[in-house]
Amino acid sequence: MSVLLDRDTRVIVQGMGREGRFHAGRMREYGTRVAGGVGPGTGGTTRDGFPMFDTVAHAVEATGANASLIFVPAPGAADAILEAVDADLDLVVCITEGIPVHDMLKVAAVLETASTVLIGPNCPGAITPGQCKIGIMPAENFSPGPVGFVSRSGTLTYEIADLLTRAGLGQSTCIGIGGDPVIGLPTPDAVRHLNEDPQTAVIVIVGEIGGSAEERAAEYLRAFGKKPAVAFVAGRSAPPGKRMGHAGAIVSGGQGTAESKVRAFEEAGITVANAPSEIPHLVRQALRR
Amino acid sequence: MFRLAPVKVHEYQAKLLLARAGIPIPPGHLALAPEEAEAAAREIGAPVVVKAQVHVGGRGKAGGIKVATSPQEAREHARAILGIDIKGLRVEKVYVEKAAAVRSELYLGVTIDRDRRRPVVMLSTVGGMDIEEVAATSPNKIARGWPNLLLGLLPFEARRLCFDAGVPSEQVAAVASIAERLYGVFAATDATLLEVNPLFIQEDGSVIAGDAKLDVDDSALFRQPELAAWREITADEALEERARKLGFSYVQLDGDVGIIGNGAGLVMGTLDAVKNAGGRPANFLDVGGGAKQDVVKAALEIVLSNRRVRSVLINIFGGITRGDEVAKGILAVTREHAPRVPLVIRLSGTEAEAGRRILEGAPLTSKATMDEAAAEAVRLATTGGRGEAPAMSR
Repeated sequence: MSVLLDRDTRVIVQGMGREGRFHAGRMREYGTRVAGGVGPGTGGTTRDGFPMFDTVAHAVEATGANASLIFVPAPGAADAILEAVDADLDLVVCITEGIPVHDMLKVAAVLETASTVLIGPNCPGAITPGQCKIGIMPAENFSPGPVGFVSRSGTLTYEIADLLTRAGLGQSTCIGIGGDPVIGLPTPDAVRHLNEDPQTAVIVIVGEIGGSAEERAAEYLRAFGKKPAVAFVAGRSAPPGKRMGHAGAIVSGGQGTAESKVRAFEEAGITVANAPSEIPHLVRQALRR
Repeated sequence: MFRLAPVKVHEYQAKLLLARAGIPIPPGHLALAPEEAEAAAREIGAPVVVKAQVHVGGRGKAGGIKVATSPQEAREHARAILGIDIKGLRVEKVYVEKAAAVRSELYLGVTIDRDRRRPVVMLSTVGGMDIEEVAATSPNKIARGWPNLLLGLLPFEARRLCFDAGVPSEQVAAVASIAERLYGVFAATDATLLEVNPLFIQEDGSVIAGDAKLDVDDSALFRQPELAAWREITADEALEERARKLGFSYVQLDGDVGIIGNGAGLVMGTLDAVKNAGGRPANFLDVGGGAKQDVVKAALEIVLSNRRVRSVLINIFGGITRGDEVAKGILAVTREHAPRVPLVIRLSGTEAEAGRRILEGAPLTSKATMDEAAAEAVRLATTGGRGEAPAMSR
């Protein structure tokens, strides 16, 4: 059993608009057990062969789903997350971009006392290659194997998964945690899952400038690391005070610099790649250790 | 401590919000001309402070804050301040307010602690200074509290902050009340930062907000109509704002290699690759997910409109974004007129093959990997790419 999601995970999709339907179909093709969709007023109908439900509670009752994927637009996305947490799902993945940060603080306050794991928002989702994909990533770039992979970025995740796959290095579970400042599963928590996962032999951490999640992940691995890790930090050429696309990717007050993150990783004995293209080679070295 | 790229609000606007919440502020008026400043000073009564209203810190050091002991002097100060540039921003209005009779200065602020995923309220008896500097040099001088967002800042938490910070016992009740109210404004305005620095303790023992700084989350503007109306876009931000309206994010940098990519992380990685290859990126441009050809065309036009750009690197890893759509967007630009600088493209992922077919014969260079493409773009920027408009080579 891999971490967070595997072939037994049953997923519902909240927000079956154009994007939601498209990706529900893609996930079904991949082999993910997509149990249905949720949209207020759609209960009793079907969309693209998926049974629809008015509420998450109805969907869970009828299908036994234990995970959800959310495409609900930003103004209602936090409400959708809280509905999924209220239904006690094990895993919730939120793709939505542009959720107000105060809404995410509210979600975070509820998560403090809930058992649900939230991935995202503003993320590509998670995949256990060959078993289950909950997200929007192009599946053909991923393959099963021993590399656990956590990333704050979307497309950079595809790029690196593709490099690993081409080098014959498959992945246990890949988690795209999202680029927002307040997220459900920050880098250190995602790393902890992979560190405890018996299917994962080496951990790849892809960070970005902004915040101190990479530093905390490095600290955690220095104290509790059971396996080697390789890191990459995007944004070394970003100037302070400028937000680089992701709301969370900003250097402010001398904090969150790439240098600080690279130093933290190196002090924890984690090899840092200068470019994504170096990662496969460093992973192979780490596996030999 | 952390700041989003925020919507900034002027001091006089932030103080209006504080006053509405019952936080004491000095009497004051906005003035757009020296005569208005004089009239304001007469009404308020000297001494007054004339303060430039611009969206940058360090106004005092730049000559943007002056004390006047008479209405005439207020007019002279306003004349001196209006129209000056502070860190590249032109001062178009001043705020004239009653000068406080200062006994001591405090710092009070609320922001978001992204590690703890909670708001953080900070209070210090070291006021008037850059709190990040205080945090760096003497962190024990700042008392911090992390209220539960669902409960708000509770009275005991506010009191504890006061005692931890060493606020004189005579002022604890007043400062605690201001902290609770300030937290209320923070929560109600979708703020990412709300600071009162300095918070004055006056000679008579009263406590009053000397300054106010409010940054608002731009993702929440849809439910903050008043703050949305206050938004001002500076010349610097105009290009970035135009890009935002078109659905992508653009940040101007100071190099000469133009960059276009999809996904913030990949674009940051591309910038780094250009730097690794010895070049300097001219911009950050993320076309976002699922960009159609018209968006790609607009993106390329914006990058090319920067006269410093000497080559352009387009790095697309297709997921939701399709390589053929990207290719059509590029072709739409190169067909109109030959680009004035060489283009280098790296297409991978969804429909990359179709995209490369569309671009066959187009005046650009194609590379298989991000590193190769970055090296080529840097080479072309430094050699000027003169006379070279290579047909699509594979």
